[in-house]
Amino acid sequence: MRKMFAALAIGAIVAAVGTVAGVADAKDWKKIRIASEGAYPPWNSTDPSGKLIGFEVDLAKDLCARMKAECEFVAQDWDGIIPALQQGKYDAIMSAMTITDERKQVIDFTVPYGTEPSSFGVLKGSPLQSSLDLKVEAVDLAKETPENKGALDRLAAALKGKTVGVQVSTIQANFMEKHLPDVDLRTYDKIENAGIDLVSGRIDTLFGDRSVVEAIAKNEPDKVVLVGPNISRGVLGEGIGLGVRKADADLKALFDKAIQESTKDGVVSKLSVQHFGYDIAVK
Amino acid sequence: MWSSLPRLLGGVPLTLQLVGLALAGGALVAFGTALMRLSSNPVLRGIASGYVFLFRGTPLLVQMFLIYYGLGQFEWVRGSFLWTVLREPYWCAILAMMLNTGAYTSEILRGAIQSVPHGQVEAARACGMSRALAFRRIVLPVAIRQMLPAYGNEIILMVKASSLASTITLMEVTGLARRMIAQTFAVFELFILAGAIYLLINFLAARLIRYAEWRLTPYLRARA
Repeated sequence: MRKMFAALAIGAIVAAVGTVAGVADAKDWKKIRIASEGAYPPWNSTDPSGKLIGFEVDLAKDLCARMKAECEFVAQDWDGIIPALQQGKYDAIMSAMTITDERKQVIDFTVPYGTEPSSFGVLKGSPLQSSLDLKVEAVDLAKETPENKGALDRLAAALKGKTVGVQVSTIQANFMEKHLPDVDLRTYDKIENAGIDLVSGRIDTLFGDRSVVEAIAKNEPDKVVLVGPNISRGVLGEGIGLGVRKADADLKALFDKAIQESTKDGVVSKLSVQHFGYDIAVK
Repeated sequence: MWSSLPRLLGGVPLTLQLVGLALAGGALVAFGTALMRLSSNPVLRGIASGYVFLFRGTPLLVQMFLIYYGLGQFEWVRGSFLWTVLREPYWCAILAMMLNTGAYTSEILRGAIQSVPHGQVEAARACGMSRALAFRRIVLPVAIRQMLPAYGNEIILMVKASSLASTITLMEVTGLARRMIAQTFAVFELFILAGAIYLLINFLAARLIRYAEWRLTPYLRARA
């Protein structure tokens, strides 16, 4: 009897794993499910009725029209967004995800449809507002110049002993762990919660995509300001693309073509100006 | 999978601290609340009942969010001495868990106190003990013995509930597992390891409770 139960249990597990693995069949991609966090404005957010909105939702409409496919957006928490793609809960991730080497080991990316530096947000009038202002426009982590090295050193000095908020599993979290291991790092499941804690004074600064920090500052105009240089490349990745399963090379090719066309036609720039106030298209 | 075990075990001290401090504080809260519920003063009874109703009737996650994100919204809270404690996610988590377990434990304790046979109290009084002395020497020890199995449940529930602290940025076992999943995307392996760690902690907790029960019931052993 015992053995039979064990056999049944193993059978059930095998069957469950089988269904999970069995989704990667060939498809004609007439219907595509796209996952978004819905908590990262202006890239993606959720309106009061629960509908996903934002730059990426509008851009996806254009891309899917070009691919003659019907697209459906699915809300998915950020920290499980790659595992759920691998398990076939949806076909693509379009959630302000930067193309990085770590992520490329588990999923494939399309060509980038946007690019954006990272910046800090601090409370107005806090000492960090002046100490984080490094008086340099941008720090390109891919270039090892003395200027960039000096800027990173000054950044480390300014943030020594400070509490920095980032979102879990982001390029900014990786940046902190790699370049500034001595700061007190707090990781949040949503960047908006880091914004709440910045305003209430629990953290000294938050580090995120420039547009998102700007959106938080816009929400709290009397309290939060954006400071520091635009930091980009290196661990902070090479632009933002759609994530797809490695097995779905055909879907990646379809998206690549649509993104290139959409960028060339100026649709990406138009939507970007509409949502961000400036152009984030990759030229 | 096994290579990530040492890093994950690094979260165990924090998990144990959260559970330990919450249970210690919760025991004090529970003792006071149980006495208030048993008192003849209707105001004290009302306050205690209200507290138990509120904290037993709402999810711990909601309580944690209200204490962590909710209280921080008020300017006067941030300006007061309370902020030195509430500023830290560590103390917010302990406070929420303490108030939650305090409500449950007070009911366990109240039931146990009421289950102490009247004859024993009367015997103590007949021996010349004052009511307070009889409570301390007779009622409370018997009640604590009675409540142990139910309280063991509560301890195990608290060990598991400590995983909610990861939602307010604390890097205990679950928080570390989530951060490592974010870096490696190995969902199954890491959550299975995290689950195994909780299983082990709870196995030891259950053993300790069993041992305490055994120690506190010599009369049952003698008879068997």
